[in-house]
Amino acid sequence: MTQARVPGPLLALAAAGLLLFLLPLAGLVARAPWDQVGPALVAPATLTALELSIFCSLTATAAALVLGIPLALLLSRTSGTLRAVLRALTTLPMVLPPVVGGVALLIAFGRRGLAGAPLYAVFGVQVPFTTAAAVVAETFVAMPFLVIAVEGGLRALDHRYEEAARALGAGAWKVFLRVTLPLLRPAIFSGAVLCWARALGEFGATITFAGNLPGTTQTVPLAVYVTNETRPEGAIALSLILLAVSLAVLVGLRDRWLGAP
Amino acid sequence: MIRAAAALIGLISVVSCQRYVDTTSRPTLTVFAAASLQPPFDRIAQQIQATPRINYAGTQTLTTSLIQGARADVFASADSAHMKTIEDTGLLASPPQVFAHNRLEIAVARGNPKGIHGLADLARAGLVVVLADPSVPAGKYADQALAKAGVKVRPASLELQVTAVLTKVALGEADAGIVYASDVTSSGKVDGVQIPDSQNVVADYLIGNLSDRPVAREFIDLVLSAKGQAILTESGFGRA
Repeated sequence: MTQARVPGPLLALAAAGLLLFLLPLAGLVARAPWDQVGPALVAPATLTALELSIFCSLTATAAALVLGIPLALLLSRTSGTLRAVLRALTTLPMVLPPVVGGVALLIAFGRRGLAGAPLYAVFGVQVPFTTAAAVVAETFVAMPFLVIAVEGGLRALDHRYEEAARALGAGAWKVFLRVTLPLLRPAIFSGAVLCWARALGEFGATITFAGNLPGTTQTVPLAVYVTNETRPEGAIALSLILLAVSLAVLVGLRDRWLGAP
Repeated sequence: MIRAAAALIGLISVVSCQRYVDTTSRPTLTVFAAASLQPPFDRIAQQIQATPRINYAGTQTLTTSLIQGARADVFASADSAHMKTIEDTGLLASPPQVFAHNRLEIAVARGNPKGIHGLADLARAGLVVVLADPSVPAGKYADQALAKAGVKVRPASLELQVTAVLTKVALGEADAGIVYASDVTSSGKVDGVQIPDSQNVVADYLIGNLSDRPVAREFIDLVLSAKGQAILTESGFGRA
């Protein structure tokens, strides 16, 4: 079978589109002061940000798994208007500008916030400016990626296995744990990786809701932004880390995204 | 449906492009100004014969943008160090001029419920204090003032512009923050606690001409004029 030729003008536009993606990355690699990247990577400030980023993004992914899988299940088992509303609510953080998410989180969980005020009055707990706030911000922004992936997996699921388990006398909880969850493993895995990558890159909601303090709330993207204004070479080194992580995610998920013709 | 959407997007793009392409005889004036200057500069900019476009941000952010090639007519910095960087990069058409001063104040919630009376109180346990990052002029000045007072503060956050510090106090998320006296004057949502001269720092605000276009000179002259200085004083700044 011969492939249809791509018309010339479209080919040119496609090339321009590719360049838009490639040039900034090429610039990052070309302009990287490679002799300084090593020292910049092991600088205490970099390691602190990296450590915090890994902790926050993994915790956010764990929270997304615990809350997101049940949410996906609920989405897949409702219908009509309720489902439309639930779906819109779940996907909203994907299209919402993250900084708006940060403002909203501040208004909800701040000391004078809707949920934050009682929390502060009763327990004396203040969420903003804590590492927990950075985790909440990342979960807020990244969880939809997991929910969508798992919901997709649920819809593609062959439900006869669950029916068979039920017919053999398994309760709803047992069916979920022993049949549904194992069948969903690929969807959960790719959803969790996407969710983690998005959490790792979170900037807008974090800086607005959690603030910026090295070791507490200054994750790698925040450190990149701050460092770019004082030591650009440090910012490039940190950016290279994030670029490497993104590439690793892409390669790790290649079967799901790139392969399978 | 798709055709209508495409037409709509096209129309919006054309209309919004026109806003950015100079189609009127009125020239535009692009000013990069320290975040703390927003209240007086918004007023001053209304009085010139040009359409003002003002980018308010942390001085360090503006400096980075300018060095990386951002085009502007005027740069107004909250310290001399960043203006010197711009001057040394060869971006100024004429030497910069000091046009205002500012002092630091402690911003607290209305009525000062936490009873904060000076920098020493900021070290109190359980108090949520927010400062500007040391890369921001206001953060650098705050560090100097705290050093003079011999006070060690554990900030809850280091914000990237002084106005973000003010916001955190105004929202009630922070109990106190070190900001400019002018920020307290214009905010109206916080109270200011004075810092004595012996511990305070005087911030020099400098203005520089980047493009040497007539509108740039007009704006700088207006800022330095009696009228401009009066607006700055009303906003809580000190005269040049």
